[in-house]
Formats: sequence, C-alpha cells, structure tokens
Amino acid sequence: MRLLSAYLIGLLFGLGIALSGMANPAKVLNFFDLAGSWDPSLVFVMGGALVTTFIGYRFVLKRPAPLFGERFLVPTSTRIDMSLIGGSAAFGLGWGIAGFCPGGALPALGTGRIEVITFVAALIVGILASRVVMRLSRPAPPTASAHRA
Amino acid sequence: METVFTPLASLTGGILIGIAAILLMLLHGRIAGATGILAGALMPAGFADWSWRVAMIAGMVTAPVAIWLLSGAMPAVQVPVSTLALVISGLIVGVGVTFGSGCTSGHGVCGMARLSPRSIAATLTFMATAFATVYVARHVLGG
Repeated sequence: MRLLSAYLIGLLFGLGIALSGMANPAKVLNFFDLAGSWDPSLVFVMGGALVTTFIGYRFVLKRPAPLFGERFLVPTSTRIDMSLIGGSAAFGLGWGIAGFCPGGALPALGTGRIEVITFVAALIVGILASRVVMRLSRPAPPTASAHRA
Repeated sequence: METVFTPLASLTGGILIGIAAILLMLLHGRIAGATGILAGALMPAGFADWSWRVAMIAGMVTAPVAIWLLSGAMPAVQVPVSTLALVISGLIVGVGVTFGSGCTSGHGVCGMARLSPRSIAATLTFMATAFATVYVARHVLGG
C-alpha cells in the first residue's frame, strides 16, 4: 500500500507536470523571456500548485501524524545563509540555460528523449559531486571530534 | 521557439501537482520536492526510505507514457539548446539545488505553501537569476 501510493502520487505529480508544460523547456524558457516571446503559462502552474498546496497543508499538518509514518518530516531550519542563497542563485542560472528543473525533467524522462537523459545524467553528477564536497567541508560530528580529543 | 499560451491546461496541471504534494504529506509525511526525493534515492538511508522514493520517481517517469496511452501523443518536450548547454545546465542545477536545499517543487511549491522564510528567499533568488539568465542569453549574447 505504502509503495503503491507513492507510485500513484508520483504518477499524479508527473501528469500535472506534463499537462502544465513544465516538462517542456521551450515553454519554461519563454516564461522567463519577458523581453521576447513571453509565455505566461507558468504563472498558472505555480499559482495553481501553490494555492492548492497552501490550502491542503492547513488541514493535513493539523493531524497528529501521516498515515504511513510516525511524524511529518518538515524542515525546521529558518536560517537564510550563503549556501541557500548561493545555491538557489546557481539553480536559477542553470534553469535559465536549458529550461529544465529537477521536477520538470524527471517526468520528461518518460518520453525517452536523449536530451532529457543527458540533462538528468548531468544533474545526478552535479548532485553527487556537491554531496561529496559538502561532506568533506563539513566539520566532523561531535562524537568523532570527541574521539580525537 | 514560439510556444502557445495554455492557461487552462497549466492551471489544471498546477492543481494536480498541488494535490500530489498534499497526498505525499498526508500519507507519507514528506515534502514533494523533486531534488530531495532524487537525492535520497541516490544516497539511500535504508531500504524503506529508498523504496518509496524509487516508487514515486517511477510514477513520475510513467506519466508521459500514460498520457501517450490516453491521447495517442507524448507530451511536448522541445529543447531549444545544444547538448553542451544541457550538460552545463544539468551540472549547475545539480550543484545549485544541493547547496540551496531544493528546487521549484520543494521551495517554490511546498516551502512557500508552509510560508517558510528560507523557501521564500530561495524561490525569489532562483526566479530572479533564471529571468536574468534568459535575458542575457537571448537579448545580450543573442543566443
């Protein structure tokens, strides 16, 4: 049940992405091209998704726990730091270069197009490489440093 | 490359994305962020954590096939950039979403819906740099 529901939620998400035009880089890039061939469709995608989620979360997050878990795993950090802003700035730069974001590209993989496979392969390399850098640059956890001391 | 303005399909698609995000929170207690789901599938923290992510990604990937079965056509994927641009873009997006802790779905939809200050800051930042990048690429460099 748990896995079937995750599959169906993914399918619903993917249908939304495909129907909305988020899986189509030409459409995404035209949304960002205010001074050229502007296509405002993405306002409706993000607006529709945001308002729906905003309303739904009000009810869901009042519940004591999710159906298949012990608690809601929601980020609690409120710190706006260089990693968040620098990373997001880089994401926007990359998004503006080719028009694919992770949520648009994963469903687009299903079309089997080589361009999507190329982007997702590079995306995965980028994610894994950054994780390695993060792990190396992060100070050792308290237990490990206690050992050293 | 011209595209057609599709307010109704885009709004319907957006609402479906929102319903998926609500259901993932209701059933699994998770944020529907493509970055987090993918990263966790690549570096699993145990089988139970890995399996729901893979199931969800499998659902996403089968969506175009479902549309093809229903309508007889795959959804449009028009890529107006070179292979080199795709590779560079993929690498930059991968680095950006990892350090930025999320992308359009995680910050732009789920985080904004929770009124998270981090997600609002992230979304304003990546939208701004995406607009700037397309402006520079198309109107300054003339790509």
